[in-house]
Amino acid sequence: MNSHTINGSIRILSSEKIDVRYVAKLARIALTDDEVERFGTQLSDLLEHVDALSRLDVSQVAATAQVVESRNVERPDEERPCLNRETVLTEAPQRQGGFFRVPRIIAE
Amino acid sequence: MSETMSAREARGPHEVGGAEARPERRFEAVIGIECHVELKTRSKMFCGCPNEFGGEPNTNVCPVCLALPGALPVANTAAIEHMIRAGLAFNAEIPAFSKFDRKNYFYPDMPKDYQISQYDMPLTQGGVVRYWLDDGTMKECRLTRIHLEEDTGKSTHAGSGDGRIAGSTYSLVDFNRAGVPLMECVSEPEIHSAEEAVGYLESLRRTLQQIGVSDVKMEEGSLRCDANVSIRPVGSTELGTKTEIKNMNSFRSVHRAIESEIERQIAVIESGGRIVQETRGWDEVKGVTHSMRSKEQAHDYRYFPDPDLVPLEVSRAVVERIRAELPELPPARFVRYTTQYGLDVKQATQLIDNVALALYFDEVVNASGNAKQSTNFVLGDLSRLANETQTPVHASPVTPAHLAELIALVEGKTINSKIAKDLIERMWRGEGSPKAIVEREGLAQTSDPAAIEKFVDDVLAANEKSVGEYKAGKTNVIGFLVGQVMKASKGKADPQLVNALMKQKLES
Repeated sequence: MNSHTINGSIRILSSEKIDVRYVAKLARIALTDDEVERFGTQLSDLLEHVDALSRLDVSQVAATAQVVESRNVERPDEERPCLNRETVLTEAPQRQGGFFRVPRIIAE
Repeated sequence: MSETMSAREARGPHEVGGAEARPERRFEAVIGIECHVELKTRSKMFCGCPNEFGGEPNTNVCPVCLALPGALPVANTAAIEHMIRAGLAFNAEIPAFSKFDRKNYFYPDMPKDYQISQYDMPLTQGGVVRYWLDDGTMKECRLTRIHLEEDTGKSTHAGSGDGRIAGSTYSLVDFNRAGVPLMECVSEPEIHSAEEAVGYLESLRRTLQQIGVSDVKMEEGSLRCDANVSIRPVGSTELGTKTEIKNMNSFRSVHRAIESEIERQIAVIESGGRIVQETRGWDEVKGVTHSMRSKEQAHDYRYFPDPDLVPLEVSRAVVERIRAELPELPPARFVRYTTQYGLDVKQATQLIDNVALALYFDEVVNASGNAKQSTNFVLGDLSRLANETQTPVHASPVTPAHLAELIALVEGKTINSKIAKDLIERMWRGEGSPKAIVEREGLAQTSDPAAIEKFVDDVLAANEKSVGEYKAGKTNVIGFLVGQVMKASKGKADPQLVNALMKQKLES
């Protein structure tokens, strides 16, 4: 667990001008300069909205990680039927034998 | 904690890098260990696909673990209970509230492009792993946390000739492992040598295996570990720059990799260099770690609560039920065996690693009240017979009660140790109560001096040559003569008595 990950998230959410290229890179999205401009404005608007929310007094509101109220939705440890492998691999862009074949992996 | 600290202080800071090589003790190693452990469940973490090792590729998959659109994960109760079980075994805190988060990154063996994990509210917090070293010293290493996540699929890199990712032209992915429940167990940096690292891992592995949460087989990947290693000058309390060591496939390679990395870091520092924070892979063949760094960049996983999974409220009743079900754990057993029963480290460890035998042993000790003889018989004759016949001791016809009876016969000098050895073989073959055999066949030891004297006189009379040799100074022939008496008495004579009487007669 790396603390810089937390810092990383905080940095993105609280900066005044969002680094759209960085966010796009994390999401593996290629953007044109026009798009960077356009999404930058839209995302900044969103962040401003979040800023507005963070100015609210929520001292009387319990913290939550979910908007639905249900808890402990679980399943018993039982096996269920799997998909047929041919069905699964039919949809694969590339296959080799029983495997999915994927392009060369470039380590980061 | 205090016990460990004082023990460490008493011996001074831990020496690293080999005593002969660096007698000056300039550096101390600081090591933290991260383990990934696949949980033993019937089905996967968030779907009903079988959790099994070694199936045909991509046969244990469904819309949930393949991340097909619209599929919804539902948490496996057994996996959550395993987490609580593991947390309690290490004396961790089990918070009343927990949740799942998404850890976002891209990799071909992770179909959702995020991994369901736990970020700031794991199922267990803190805890401590108690372990022991080969010399019997007890140590402790605190845990930061244990959290629950899902395993990824498995990639096989092809085209590079050696199966490595470097130089490969494509990869093959099997998603059978994707979604298998996985616990990540993170230690504090409180380990100071390769030996301690292995002791820690052994204890962790034994405990997880014995509480039934995992098979912990490194060779099948159900236990995987990385080590964070740094060094600092002895006496310093600051942490040095650490490297993360990967690709260690056995405890032996963990030991070798850590030793090698400590030596490398010392050499770098002593030659005026700096340690670079990086991931290093252990090369089993060359016996060195090598940099796996490509583009060093801080990961940004953008954790957020998984909206597909509702939070968990962990009921205290469930926690208490699981706590009550926990067996005696390896460190407690180790302390009991070594301090209360006087076993040595090897004997204690041998029993701890064979729980069925340890439970059997405990019953024998309880019934006989004699730990020493129980150890001798259980780890000696019975274990030998178990090996020879490929039958576990606890499944053999020798019940703990019968073995205790045998021990009482030996202790009460009703039979000697030679008869005892014969008896245990017969008990193993199913002849039942040793007391009954002894009574039925008159095997009780003869301690009657008159009877023994007769045997001794007969043997002396029949072996004049040996008697002459003894008198000429070749006193070790007494062993042969005593042996003749034992043979004549069919093993029933009290050997000590025979020996004393024989000596007396020869020297008179």
